[in-house]
Amino acid sequence: MKLVVIAGPPSAGKTALVKQIVRHFQAKLKIAFLKIDVVKAFEDLELRKEFNILTKKVYSGDLCPDHAGVMVLGDALEWAENNQAELFILESAGLCLRCSPYLNQGLGIIVLSSISGIHAPEKMGAMVSLADIAVVTKIDLVSQAEREVLIQKIHEVHPEIVLMETNALQGTSLQRLYDLIAKSPEITPENLVLKGNPPLGTCTICVGKKEIGWKHHFGVVKKLEGQIADYLYRGE
Amino acid sequence: MQNTINQLTIIPGLDKTGQSEYPMEITFQAGETISIVGPTGSGKTALITDIEMLAQGDTATKRWILINNEVPGEEIRYNPALKPIAMITQNTKCFADLSVAEFLQIHARARGIEKQQVIGETIALANNFTGEKIHQDSKVTILSGGQTRSLLIADAILIGAAPIILLDEIENAGIFKQEVIEIIQDTGKIIVFVTHDPVIALRTQKRIIMERGAVKKLIYQSEAELYAARTLMQIDRQVGVIREELRAGKMITRDLAMLNLA
Repeated sequence: MKLVVIAGPPSAGKTALVKQIVRHFQAKLKIAFLKIDVVKAFEDLELRKEFNILTKKVYSGDLCPDHAGVMVLGDALEWAENNQAELFILESAGLCLRCSPYLNQGLGIIVLSSISGIHAPEKMGAMVSLADIAVVTKIDLVSQAEREVLIQKIHEVHPEIVLMETNALQGTSLQRLYDLIAKSPEITPENLVLKGNPPLGTCTICVGKKEIGWKHHFGVVKKLEGQIADYLYRGE
Repeated sequence: MQNTINQLTIIPGLDKTGQSEYPMEITFQAGETISIVGPTGSGKTALITDIEMLAQGDTATKRWILINNEVPGEEIRYNPALKPIAMITQNTKCFADLSVAEFLQIHARARGIEKQQVIGETIALANNFTGEKIHQDSKVTILSGGQTRSLLIADAILIGAAPIILLDEIENAGIFKQEVIEIIQDTGKIIVFVTHDPVIALRTQKRIIMERGAVKKLIYQSEAELYAARTLMQIDRQVGVIREELRAGKMITRDLAMLNLA
């Protein structure tokens, strides 16, 4: 089974890109799709209706969506393999930008809109710097010069990234992406690990305490001013 | 590498209903000017976008674009520093939160240009095309439509510095189009105009006629058309003079209306 992990901020065009990938591969490979979101997602229903492929979604709810992804991915891969899927597409929620959902195998794709702002590539941290491929969408809305400026910014964050530009609604110029997916090796699920480092520990906020002020909290916490290290694991 | 582009060839694709278009390859030679005309929605912008993306059967139209009669390599298609094409779209808006100078600097870096003078030169050239001067410290997001257009055209000429320039309806944004045409023609480049403007259309050597998403016809400029172009240019200049007077809040006199600019 091949694995494609798609990340990017909300409304960047992730689902439009997924649809183009599915449209291209549906006759060649059996496809399974998993969407991870926090509150609401419709991508699974849309894709099942339009292409009749295997789909699932999971709401992370109180959990961070990348954390939820790590937890459910094992089961999801098993589900896909049991259904003889040959291409597994994971679409992440793409929210807090602290982490990235990419794994040590398969392809990690960051989807970025041309109009998302010139500093977006730097702000998005690991989601850009650990991706294999960047797909810049909505290119029909900006000038060529501005697209080249954005591409330059992405290259400055990640010099080796494979970059492509598309109007994802029409699926223009994606042949190179399809070739990379077709050539990507089969994964071995027992050896899958996250590419990036997850955040440190857990704090009292994460476990649900609502009280304000230092005396109520411990764990990895940070003051408005000063060093984080002073407060590491204070509670222990 | 950018200097060795002698010709660009369009291999026909499909119209909006999936039928084959004008069944002949169209070739542009270095130094040629070409216009693309036709009603709105006839596929003019799609055609120059195919050229800009160096389409290889992977756009909605299924056209192929060849450079020097060969399929362009991946590097040429995907590395902006090597891309032989600069396009001015109908966009008159920039979203990048950068000053004019920063925008041009990053673009120059993307295009592999080292010399810093290019920033000032580009702004100076842009200011020939627009009545409202552009300052290097202005944010590109607050430029007017005409200023943005002028800046992007100057950028395409000096920073894009490509042997193929595509211009999508430059007549629309309140810029001095005659100045633009004077400066970019005779540079040995392939220049393609998408246009509704009869002066621009008649001044080009080849005219591609579009209909329903497809190339319908290819017409070569005739002697009679060249004559017509000269006549129209006079009228156009006269209109231009009166337009600038009106913009400056002046009254139009009888003398000005009869002015002969031949």
